[in-house]
Amino acid sequence: MKQTHIMTTPILSIRNLTVDIPTRHGVLRPVNGVSYDVAAGEILGVVGESGAGKSMAGNAVIGLLNPPAHIASGEILLNGQRIDTLPRDEMRRLRGKQIGVVFQDPLTSLNPLLRIGDQLTETMLAHLDISPSEARKRAIAALEEVGIPGAAQRVDSYPHEFSGGMRQRVVIALALCAEPSLIIADEPTTALDVSVQAQIIALLKRLCRERGTAVMLITHDMGVIAEAADRVAVMYAGQLAEIGPVREVLAAPIHPYTDGLMGSTPLASRGKDRLHQIPGAMPRLDALPPGCAFHPRCPYTQDDCRADPGPRIEDGAGRAACFHPISRTEVA
Amino acid sequence: MLAYTLQRIFQSAIVLLVVGLVAFSMFRFVGDPVDNMLGQERTIEDVERLRGQLGLDQPFVVQYFRFLEGAVQGNFGVSYRQGRPVAEILLERAPATLELAAVSGFLAIGFGIALGVFTAIRRSGFAANAIMTVSLIGVSLPTFLIGILLIYLFSVELGWLPSFGRGETVKIGNWSTGFLTESGLKALILPAITLGLYQMTLIMRLVRSEMLEVLRQDYIRFARARGLRERAVNFRHALKNTLVPVITVTGLQLGSIIAFAIITETVFQWPGVGLLFINAIQFVDIPVMAAYLMLISVMFVGINLIVDMLYFAIDPRLRADRTGAH
Ligand SMILES: Nc1ncnc2c1ncn2[C@@H]1O[C@H](COP(=O)(O)OP(=O)(O)OP(=O)(O)O)[C@@H](O)[C@H]1O
Ligand code: SF4
Ligand SMILES: [Mg+2]
Repeated sequence: MKQTHIMTTPILSIRNLTVDIPTRHGVLRPVNGVSYDVAAGEILGVVGESGAGKSMAGNAVIGLLNPPAHIASGEILLNGQRIDTLPRDEMRRLRGKQIGVVFQDPLTSLNPLLRIGDQLTETMLAHLDISPSEARKRAIAALEEVGIPGAAQRVDSYPHEFSGGMRQRVVIALALCAEPSLIIADEPTTALDVSVQAQIIALLKRLCRERGTAVMLITHDMGVIAEAADRVAVMYAGQLAEIGPVREVLAAPIHPYTDGLMGSTPLASRGKDRLHQIPGAMPRLDALPPGCAFHPRCPYTQDDCRADPGPRIEDGAGRAACFHPISRTEVA
Repeated sequence: MLAYTLQRIFQSAIVLLVVGLVAFSMFRFVGDPVDNMLGQERTIEDVERLRGQLGLDQPFVVQYFRFLEGAVQGNFGVSYRQGRPVAEILLERAPATLELAAVSGFLAIGFGIALGVFTAIRRSGFAANAIMTVSLIGVSLPTFLIGILLIYLFSVELGWLPSFGRGETVKIGNWSTGFLTESGLKALILPAITLGLYQMTLIMRLVRSEMLEVLRQDYIRFARARGLRERAVNFRHALKNTLVPVITVTGLQLGSIIAFAIITETVFQWPGVGLLFINAIQFVDIPVMAAYLMLISVMFVGINLIVDMLYFAIDPRLRADRTGAH
């Protein structure tokens, strides 16, 4: 099993990240004081219901928050260097070069009018000091690596000439072509056929392991987390609910929300199921309850949960943001 | 792609046949050319002889067929008013209109795309908003009014540019061009702006809205996420995708530039086919009117055909669908 407590500087380190969206009716906070690290060669799975702020946190890291959303406080460090304060053009240089991105829908991620080879070479030429012919050679090699058959010919094809799964392989090649140290994959398999989802995850996992790339893998799919991730971060209403090694969190969640997501059945029997349904809905950002944001849905709520300040994961060793975590020894 | 091209050419031919029928019908149903050509003093024999000469005594279908036959060979008969072959008159007049339309089209497309892109990229800037506001005026003012305003300002008040005519022209073969003399170029400016302004604003507004739409697409976001320069994102990725839908509309606009030339040519007394047509209407010179109609529709259809082919050239998805690659 992979070592989970790596002592060297993590590739990505998010410290108390808060993202605000000012609106006419007040400030929304889709990401609220989130902290986590991703080490080299490690895959951190990020899960949570729709609207939990998973994508927003990813977008903050790559510096592509859509205004008026912006980082209100906290720090983002890449290889120990702060990147959230970088000027626009330096941040641009970092994207693609240091941080690769894979989006959800491969059908819309590729420019339909440009050959995939051209999209690969333009990315490399933007970041690497190489000649166009060298870039083309590397483009073909990159396509081979992600498992595109006949890469030398396919390099001149247009996106529509590939299936969805093949296109996502192309997108992965694009994300990795300048050899970034971090990959942010935002639901990379959600839009794909079930039959190719596992292949894509396996590919992503293999390439990142080989290169020691850190991965932030955002997904709804517990199967994907169990299969690929080393650690998992569970988000709820913009906050981190629980974080820890994947085996521990999935097998014995201590936050009631994570427990709800897992349902009561053993993980193996649910296979690639989506997250378990929890009664009620996640509160809207403009109507967050006081105290623990999960308390209206939590079966373990006590009086202290309803009062501010709500529970937080203590920096460093903490695992769950909960005043009354489930004690596994009692339950089991 | 070949099948598609043939299909489009076939469609174009049908359109032209129908327009031909309309043009031809004018001979039968609008005015009586014999009345116009012979004065008050005429005999029945004169009328019959002329009818025979003009082929007006034949059955409708025969006349239509002969009209088409002639039209294909560029023979539109003889102008009732000038007594010369219509084709000859049209050829004389065509360069003036084509040069005017070409310059207007160039202005409309060039400035339309440039300003459209600019206002899309800088959508909240002051300059972009100012351009958008001014463009509203451009869309809402009628062409003749713009022409008159320009004449008033630049010819009457400032005296910089001529208010009518083509200036000096130079003959190159059968083509008389105004591009080679200073007065010819000066004379082009105001009519070209008048004719192109409306199309330019339309193209600009269209480019802007398409570009804003494209900039919201995932592949633009992905291009940014790959760390491409803003310039590459805007021009290499966004503009190309913007142009796909813009091309169709632009093609239609170019066709209407030639059609709208009638108004501009009248305002500026520009000696092109549009002015010829207006004069022909006054004299019920049916052959000229019919030939003009045919000429305009051939241009419309031709431009549309070219636009369709351009569509193919720019969008690989269409190419593949038609050739049957998966
Ligand atoms: N422009 C905006 N104005 C107001 N609220 C916004 C805006 N953009 C996003 N949000 C809110 O921010 C929250 C976080 O969104 P985010 O996309 O990060 O969720 P997510 O966890 O990625 O969800 P999903 O699983 O659906 O992708 C959501 O509740 C969303 O409604
Ligand atoms: S803090 Fe209280 S309400 Fe929140 S999850 Fe824990 S037990 Fe439930
Ligand atoms: Mg998301």
